[in-house]
Amino acid sequence: MTGPGGVWVYAERRGTAFRPVSLEILGRARGVADALGERLVALTAVPAEGAVQDLARFGADEVVGLVHPLLDRYDTRVYTDLLEREVRSGAPSVLFLGASRDGQDLAGRLAVRLRTGLTAHVTSVEVDPGHRLVGWVPGFGGGIEAGIVCPDRRPAIVTVRPGVFPLPVAGAARSYVRLVRPTVEAGSFGSRRVEFEPKGDTTDLTRSDVLVIGGRGTDGEFGRLQQLAHRLGGEVGATRVATDAGWIDRDRMIGQTGVVTHPKVAVVLGASGAVQFTVGIEKAGFVIAVNRDPDAPIFDAADLGIVGDLAPIVDRLVKALEGA
Amino acid sequence: MRTVVCLKVVPRPEEVRVDVETKTLDRSGVRSVVNPSDLTALEIALALRDRHGGRVTVLSMGPPSFVPYLRVALAVGADDAVLLSDRAFGGADTLATSYTLAQGVRSLGGAELVVCGDESSDGGTSQVPPGLAEWLGYAQATYVDRLELPGPTTLRARRVLEDGTETLDVPLPAVVSVLGGASEVRFLDYDRWAAAQQATVKVIDATTLGGDPGAIGLKGSPTVVAGLREVRKPGRRHEVIRVEPEAAATRIAEELRRLGLPPREASPSSRPSAPAT
Repeated sequence: MTGPGGVWVYAERRGTAFRPVSLEILGRARGVADALGERLVALTAVPAEGAVQDLARFGADEVVGLVHPLLDRYDTRVYTDLLEREVRSGAPSVLFLGASRDGQDLAGRLAVRLRTGLTAHVTSVEVDPGHRLVGWVPGFGGGIEAGIVCPDRRPAIVTVRPGVFPLPVAGAARSYVRLVRPTVEAGSFGSRRVEFEPKGDTTDLTRSDVLVIGGRGTDGEFGRLQQLAHRLGGEVGATRVATDAGWIDRDRMIGQTGVVTHPKVAVVLGASGAVQFTVGIEKAGFVIAVNRDPDAPIFDAADLGIVGDLAPIVDRLVKALEGA
Repeated sequence: MRTVVCLKVVPRPEEVRVDVETKTLDRSGVRSVVNPSDLTALEIALALRDRHGGRVTVLSMGPPSFVPYLRVALAVGADDAVLLSDRAFGGADTLATSYTLAQGVRSLGGAELVVCGDESSDGGTSQVPPGLAEWLGYAQATYVDRLELPGPTTLRARRVLEDGTETLDVPLPAVVSVLGGASEVRFLDYDRWAAAQQATVKVIDATTLGGDPGAIGLKGSPTVVAGLREVRKPGRRHEVIRVEPEAAATRIAEELRRLGLPPREASPSSRPSAPAT
């Protein structure tokens, strides 16, 4: 049985595997649970019990599997109700969720249902001397980050974007596995799925070694960036300004609300360098930045900075690399 | 049908300065903008109204200085505008913010549809729309790029997920968050612009709004800032040069070669990147 308290991680299942972000959190949450002196519990909702066993290999003391055939797709209402019930009976002190689209859909609703605090998109977590979980979030504009705590209400809900923590290696299946078979009915769904169209491009920027990243200064001309990325065997990423403008797919957003990347090389073109973006490249091995503005903060985050206009530089660079 | 569009005014990130000594943000003289994805939300709501009729009300929370931004929404085509403005609303986290906005929707007599941007460019938590839906007891659909009304009580929303798009039928009333860039925002109408300067933006204070005074502002916010610190920045070389494009390209190419790029194999390891959508 799950005792009261504990650090819980909601693990999101995507098709036949758990989302990497859920496992990344599980890896980090082990240390949080140890520092708090509490148990680590991984909670998941799946259509068949076989899947639950996979979670037992990532260091949790206990794995709780909510199993029902109708749980093969996420639904806000069903999942909020299920998690509310588990949280009320298990009374965890902390609940982590991966900030996937469905994870955020769920976290925001669940936090209000439970009338508790939510710290979104932390870039690091620690336990302070007062045994409180502190979630660090980049502050506006740059330079500072804010440590957020939820002192009085439980659980403290925390969401984490993909790539923030390293992916743990699966070990022996050591967690105690508990299966719960909740009542779920077709009528309890809040929505009806009419269609699902799988996406061809499911590139995972967190696993890419080379990134060519464009911001406002590209003026939307991402074709040039794609040429360069292709030449370097890498992928194209973007800042929020570029994805908000519709210049490129939202899933390629890098930064606090996008993905946190760890490439060997990042070539950053026409991005001003707001901290919400630079947290997404600070784990890069080498950063090259090109920007017209010599005072752009991006140069503080770069190894090599070039002050100048993008288009002529990138065009010549692509040519130079062809000659390589 | 009443549609409420939630709209947030955010400072331009590049203009905020940080005082590293005091670890505080200097927002003085910083210009603001309407949060980009909230403009997309407005556009999507207006397009639905143009097709199906009804009223679009923009709703915001903030100081009286936000009024001109709401006038922009009126000039773009919103029917009316409401600003929830009171010092008591200040310091709100997502729980208190979503509660206050929900009270705002209730003060309008509720809505069939509430449309929000998917997240703000400053706070960026993306948690207000689902929170708002929960406070109101409405259905929700988040990260939507397409919205239709196939019937009087149903919303059809296409959600953009990591591995595909999901089309859902959701019963009204509902809260929807739309992706920034999902729809081209219409131009200002100049006749409306002139009219909007004279239009009334309804300003509602905490007393008039009613509800639970313990659920708004700082008091209603379970999360608190325990500390601020300088972002630990990785050690970078910080070499900045200003040269002609040719020399710049050569310099970058040299650096890339030193790092083993492009890879020896002429064929890149991955397929070409997907085009912009």
